[in-house]
Amino acid sequence: MAYLKTANSNILAICSCVPKHIEKTADYTHITPEERELFTKTTGIKERRVADADVTCSDLCYTAANHLLKKYNCAEEIDIVIFVSQSPDYYLPATSILLQNRLGLKKDCIAFDINLGCSGYVYGLSVISNLLQSGQLKKGLLLVGDKSTTSTNFTDKSAYPLFGDAGTATLLEHSTTKNDWHFNLQSDGSGKNAIIMEHGHSRNPFDKTLEDVVEIEPGISRAKKHLALNGMDIFNFALKEAALNISTLFEKSNLSKENTDYFVLHQANKLINESVRKKLKVEPEKTPYSIDMFGNTSSASIPLTLCYKLEEALLTKRLTLLLSGFGVGYSWGSVILETENVYTKLIEYDRA
Amino acid sequence: MISIEEFTKGLEVEFEDVEPGTLTPETNYKNIKGWSSMHALIIIAYVDSTCNIILSGADLKSAQTIRDLYNIVIEKIK
Repeated sequence: MAYLKTANSNILAICSCVPKHIEKTADYTHITPEERELFTKTTGIKERRVADADVTCSDLCYTAANHLLKKYNCAEEIDIVIFVSQSPDYYLPATSILLQNRLGLKKDCIAFDINLGCSGYVYGLSVISNLLQSGQLKKGLLLVGDKSTTSTNFTDKSAYPLFGDAGTATLLEHSTTKNDWHFNLQSDGSGKNAIIMEHGHSRNPFDKTLEDVVEIEPGISRAKKHLALNGMDIFNFALKEAALNISTLFEKSNLSKENTDYFVLHQANKLINESVRKKLKVEPEKTPYSIDMFGNTSSASIPLTLCYKLEEALLTKRLTLLLSGFGVGYSWGSVILETENVYTKLIEYDRA
Repeated sequence: MISIEEFTKGLEVEFEDVEPGTLTPETNYKNIKGWSSMHALIIIAYVDSTCNIILSGADLKSAQTIRDLYNIVIEKIK
């Protein structure tokens, strides 16, 4: 395992931005009403937010970040911006650099991308807190999210109704008064085929056949360019690894589950998350959900859940949080951290 | 160790959309009304929570009846 501690970092604020357009599971006509009902019961997903064709993940993250920069009037103080996503604006250059310019940040600003999905928020926190802990960098922006809805095909019932779009911004600062953050980060590339977009990049370059939709099995038709998801493999991976990763982190850090206020899990699928929760013997009220209203929003799901469900607690209390992301890669990781008086905001994307 | 009767009954409860009393150990579970991949996930979660065993996709593919599933679980427990 990769257990590490970081010191001297503090989360000031989190903003999540979602598109206005809603797609309801009940309206997903590719499957029968009975299948829709079972899908909602199993995954928890009632509706998802879907971005317009010309809106990118970076647009959502920009809107979220801009809200925080205006509120804290700190654009000139940002020393580092990290964009964690698997839906960048371009193959190159890195989207974080475009956002540095678009957000009006100074040129003396570190900017780079991290290509991770479900585990991305936790990994992003580990990287940015490492870079903030020495005090040479004072403030940072962690921009995390995905536009997953264009990666899936409408006639692929295994993937299309699962994903929603969201972009988030977390404003962090160097602070010498805060407790250490404890991470347990893991990877297993043998699971690459569980969730994969296999074509259109270096290994399998673009060709005309990428657009051709073919039937994989009844109810599942997609083109090579689309995301392919093996639900059973990813489900088994999460059952095997997620709770174990979290339990190991509590052991290594000498912190206790009982003193943890909330367990905020990546919003993968309610059945998975409930299984993880029960394995950890955590009370339902300590594990908030956003999947019912936003679907699986990839790396954005943890900060989105914080904004959607814990706004008041984060603002008014000192909290110990366990955050855990697990999925595509396989990549997974957890962090235990403390927060105090964190401002959060959930906003809808406004083109203007 | 869980009995085949308890295993079948528990699965029926988890499925929810199955009429009570309709599942037996000899039921081909893939033939239940409205069978979908979601049922497979429900089976995996149920077996994990009750027996601490994780069934693979291959396990589910090879089993036809609930008794087949049960036998795979018992074999893994050993």
